Amino acid sequence: MTAVLTQEWVTVCGYDDLLPERGVAALIGEVQVAVFRTHDGQVYAVGNHDPFSDAYVLSRGIVGSSGVTPTVASPMFKQVFDLRTGQCVTDPGVSVPTYPVSCVDGVVRVGVEDRS
Amino acid sequence: MTRLSGGTTPWNARRKLVVIGNGMVGQRFVEALRARDEAGQWQVTVLAEEQRPAYDRVGLSAFFSGATPEELSLVPEGFYDHDPAITLRLGAPAVSIDRERRVVRTATEEHPYDALVLATGSYAFVPPVPGHDLPGTFVYRTIDDLVALREHCAGRQVGAVVGGGLLGLEAANALCLLGLRTHVVEFAPRLMAVQLDEAGGAMLRRHVEALDLTVHTDARTERIQPRPDGSVGSMAFADGSSIDVDVVVFAAGVRARDELARDCGLEVGERGGVVVDESCRTSDEAIYAIGECACIDGRVYGLVAPGYSMAEVVAQRLLDSPAAFTGADTSTKLKLLGVDVASFGNPSGELDVVYSDPVHGIYAKLALTDDAQTLLGGILVGDASAYATLRASVNGPLPGKLADFLGSGEIQGTLPGTAQVCSCHAVTKDDILTAIGEGCADVPTIKTCTKAGTGCGSCVPLLKTLLAEAGVEQSKAVCEHFANSRQELFDLIRVRELRTFSQIVTELGTGRGCDLCKPAIASILASLGNGHVLEGEQATLQDTNDHFLANLQRNGTYSVVPRIPGGEITPEKLIVIGEVARDFNLYTKITGGQRIDLFGARVEQLPLIWRRLVDAGFESGHAYGKALRTVKSCVGTTWCRYGVQDSVGLAIALELRYRGLRSPHKIKAAVSGCARECAEARSKDVGVIATENGWNLFVGGNGGFRPRHADLFATDIDTDTLLRYIDRFLMFYIRTADRLQRTAAWIEGMDGGLDYLRSVIVDDSLGICADLDAAMERHVATYADEWRATLEDPDKLRRFVSFVNAPGTPDPSIQFVTNRGQQIPAGAPVLVSGPTLSTRTQQEVDR
Repeated sequence: MTAVLTQEWVTVCGYDDLLPERGVAALIGEVQVAVFRTHDGQVYAVGNHDPFSDAYVLSRGIVGSSGVTPTVASPMFKQVFDLRTGQCVTDPGVSVPTYPVSCVDGVVRVGVEDRS
Repeated sequence: MTRLSGGTTPWNARRKLVVIGNGMVGQRFVEALRARDEAGQWQVTVLAEEQRPAYDRVGLSAFFSGATPEELSLVPEGFYDHDPAITLRLGAPAVSIDRERRVVRTATEEHPYDALVLATGSYAFVPPVPGHDLPGTFVYRTIDDLVALREHCAGRQVGAVVGGGLLGLEAANALCLLGLRTHVVEFAPRLMAVQLDEAGGAMLRRHVEALDLTVHTDARTERIQPRPDGSVGSMAFADGSSIDVDVVVFAAGVRARDELARDCGLEVGERGGVVVDESCRTSDEAIYAIGECACIDGRVYGLVAPGYSMAEVVAQRLLDSPAAFTGADTSTKLKLLGVDVASFGNPSGELDVVYSDPVHGIYAKLALTDDAQTLLGGILVGDASAYATLRASVNGPLPGKLADFLGSGEIQGTLPGTAQVCSCHAVTKDDILTAIGEGCADVPTIKTCTKAGTGCGSCVPLLKTLLAEAGVEQSKAVCEHFANSRQELFDLIRVRELRTFSQIVTELGTGRGCDLCKPAIASILASLGNGHVLEGEQATLQDTNDHFLANLQRNGTYSVVPRIPGGEITPEKLIVIGEVARDFNLYTKITGGQRIDLFGARVEQLPLIWRRLVDAGFESGHAYGKALRTVKSCVGTTWCRYGVQDSVGLAIALELRYRGLRSPHKIKAAVSGCARECAEARSKDVGVIATENGWNLFVGGNGGFRPRHADLFATDIDTDTLLRYIDRFLMFYIRTADRLQRTAAWIEGMDGGLDYLRSVIVDDSLGICADLDAAMERHVATYADEWRATLEDPDKLRRFVSFVNAPGTPDPSIQFVTNRGQQIPAGAPVLVSGPTLSTRTQQEVDR
């Protein structure tokens, strides 16, 4: 009995609402998503839940880079996550979910799996 | 359990140990024993003659440069209070030993023993010349001696010290500091006759005379003659000459205090001292003697290092592990009257290498075996920078050409692994390398792991060299994005006038930064007066605390701390805080910094809370920032019967002056209104303690993981001078410290330490004081409350939402439960009182 998963695109904010190298949190249903705009204009979305502290705070971390990897550091205990993959850079056994993002006509949308 | 009982050994099975004497060696012995005796086999009683627990007798002269008896103390805080396996009896000298019954008697008590350790030290030798006991004659041995000397010297003109050795020159220095014209009277043909040869003694004499001291060598004191009032008036010498003096200090050597041992029939040496074998055991197998009262191989050591070795030997012996005293390093290095003097190893050999430079006042002699292959010892006068390396090279080959390392202390070549790098704690080069191999990557860590460098400190430069040799790169790079240290970045940013992170990372770094460099650069920009911390690109650099101007807590909420300068608050303002806390249902707690912390605010509540606080006249307390936090105070002369200055007034002035000052780490300060120190100022980065004449300034203290008392920086200064010194101290710290380095570590890591810091701040040795003063004036003139400015700016307020797509919705993940009448995060561990004091989560408690 496999659930059928489809992608639903949810508008979260305007592109200009995102500050370069800073994140925001969005509430989509019961899911908390952290959305980041990096220096080069790219937008990434990962889960807002910090697996190390169990608090929903990743959107408030410092955005930067590790080598060529765009990163966010948890504001709680400073573990660093790869914004592209959700993988924790400092503790590779841990990762957070990632979400697809679209930016069209200045509107940022995040794709979440919709159980239907 | 261990902490409460001092060990696992049952009380009735413990053996009794009595230690007579709580000097440097006696104290070291007790510490060494307690460190090893985890099981608590020994119940220790220490009988001390003086009213003070052990203090640094070697550093006694620091008393005259302003050190307090507390600062000279060698006893770790709480050492005797919290260890039930030790009892310290102050002012309780032993009067006799009954060896048959194994009992030590004081005037009022009997203390039975299974083992007895004599650490009675020595007394100052006073030559029995007529007049040696007139009022105005002193010895130089205890803090009480120094207190009496200081009192007597007030208003007097001329002093003489009998004895031109180590202690004599220390005492002469003290007389100079007390403002007396000073004579040094030495019986031998030269100064420091024990350590120096004739040429070295002559070089030292040149230095000493250049300081306006009068040196008399080959001078035998015949008698001391009184004035009509009966106090010291003049000294007459064997050659018929005499000098007029008001004070005479005897520093002509010490004698072992062996009278207890003599009285109970223990064997004593021909020239005094309790005879012991290489295990430091006396002729009675239950009794040991250590330090200056012991005579080992016919010799009594008058230095502390051999005493420490003996203390270690006996501590080990008492716990049944073999250890023996196999001779001691009698090397010494000190700064006498500002002159470096060192002697190490055996300074007379078959072959001498001598360097003499009367122009610069430098003399050095190295003694070698006749094949020139082995260094035996040496003497250094005027420049002892090569001391640590040379001493560690004794019994090995000379590590380089003498001429090459005089002045620089740099020696090409390597030391053998067995070379003793730290003689105070007998730490070899191999010990240090092992510690480095196990991960010690800087000098402070090596100090903690090996104790090397924590005694006289002379080997610290060598520790740095060893770290470098071991390939431990003392990388000062902030992170992968910047190869520069914070200090270098500060200077580059200031000089090139860079004002945005993008400019800075383009010109000075690589990539897009991280959680290490961004807050560091944000702090630098803020210290350079770059406006509001949330202005433009600067906002992206801030850690979440600075970004929301509040402190992130475990569940994603924030806490709010309004500034309460000096801890003084009106009832009206207190009521406002209470009302705000009640209306927003905030957990409320009084902080250690005399203010109030309100916990559990969600980001969207922060502007609403601060609107109310700002309207009531509050401003940001910067509890979230690496910045000045609080200036704590006692009530001082305003209310206190004992206060001598207005501590609250000064604390408020300091807090308002430095509020908002961003720095490499948090800065805490306190002001106490008298020496009782109720504000705990010495645990702060900047501590001020009132005196009858002004203020004493202490710097570099902290609590936290590694508590440290602040060092005395200046005494009896007026308020203007105090502000000037603190201004410069803080600005110099802001400019030169590493990222997240508190002032304590900053000072400890500074070449030259506190003396250097004083030269920069007081004497302007770097010529930067005008610049530092101007920078602080700029800070004071441009300060603005961050929260007020944020409330006035809709752009900045927009970020205070939990969800960008649902600004009115609170974060559903934040849940509270009630504990002791206040809300706390759901799932937080809470202490459940009861016999087991276990912790459970609130849910378990509710269940």
